[in-house]
Amino acid sequence: MSGQASKRRPYIRPMQGWWRRNPFFMRYMAREVTAIIVVIYALLLGWGVVRLAQGEAAYEAWRATLGMPLMLLFHAVALAVFLYHTWSWFAIMPKTMPMIFIGGKKLAASTIAGLGLATAVAATVALFLVVEWIRP
Amino acid sequence: MTDRTLEIEVLRYRPERDAQPFYQPFTVPFSDDMSVLQALLYIKDELDSTLSFRWSCRMAICGSCGMMVNGVPRLACRTFLRNYAEGKLRIDPLNHFPIERDLVVDANDFIRKLESIKPYLIPKETRSPEQGEYLQTPRQLEQFRQFSTCINCMLCYAACPQYGLDSGFTGPGVLALLHRYNADSRDGAREERMQLVHAEEGVWSCTAVGYCSEVCPKGVDPANAVNQNKTASAMDYFLRFIKPRGQGK
Repeated sequence: MSGQASKRRPYIRPMQGWWRRNPFFMRYMAREVTAIIVVIYALLLGWGVVRLAQGEAAYEAWRATLGMPLMLLFHAVALAVFLYHTWSWFAIMPKTMPMIFIGGKKLAASTIAGLGLATAVAATVALFLVVEWIRP
Repeated sequence: MTDRTLEIEVLRYRPERDAQPFYQPFTVPFSDDMSVLQALLYIKDELDSTLSFRWSCRMAICGSCGMMVNGVPRLACRTFLRNYAEGKLRIDPLNHFPIERDLVVDANDFIRKLESIKPYLIPKETRSPEQGEYLQTPRQLEQFRQFSTCINCMLCYAACPQYGLDSGFTGPGVLALLHRYNADSRDGAREERMQLVHAEEGVWSCTAVGYCSEVCPKGVDPANAVNQNKTASAMDYFLRFIKPRGQGK
């Protein structure tokens, strides 16, 4: 080969701010962030269980805290976040599953996501019915 | 040619001259049936012959002309200029790969990974021609058919932020091809390939962004291949307690 030195100088582009460059990545990051609100809400409910174990007065105090305007605002935000959490995870669900064949035909991704969302709605309705049913 | 023109900005990088890449504007006349690739060919033929880019078949099967079109990984030959007539068109080399020159990226990492997964059938049982062909049912074919349509265009790598952040990740396309052979009922090298799946650089570097499947020009759905193998990898992990490795082949 020739004695010429290589002119190669591969340029590596920075990744800073990558998720702001594409709306798809912003939706992905939003989906990931919803998990934090889910954890916070789980802790909030866990705290309620602890207060319940401490007796009626403690439990009522916890319930009163939930009624504060700031808490109501947090619940409204959390509800919106949970709806997005549910939708975005069921939207990606078909990609995480083995292929399902029914009558020799592959089950469409939209059908799988739709069934997941329908299950979430049914579970929510069932939960409300159970709560109504056992309410003293 | 028509009298309609389009402003196209192309990222230039000439390693012997430029400290870093820069956008060079070109004005290209276009008609409704012209692709981005044709615009680049026009630039090279008529405006600036020093522009470098890869291309070959012009019909979305060779996988050579992958590039970023307005920030989206696309095959230049199957992207039409008419869809960008209103507004600007900006062309970059495929994201997440080192730029070799202009729109040409260094694909060595991808090629090395592709070789590492043994992308060919390793028959379960050797059969002589007298024994006839390896039979397969339509359903067994369906398990891998879509993954076998990959053209190695690397658009999915340019779509994968995890690969961009850490190129150690095996990546969507290669894992989809790995699955193409592992899911083939005639293949017998699953256990060997699963060692690459189990690794952190294997499927576990994927965080289910899902953009790889979105940009794939062939409907391969690499995200599905990768995530199916997370389940497979987890199953292997737990099953080893009841079924020691190397047995039950």
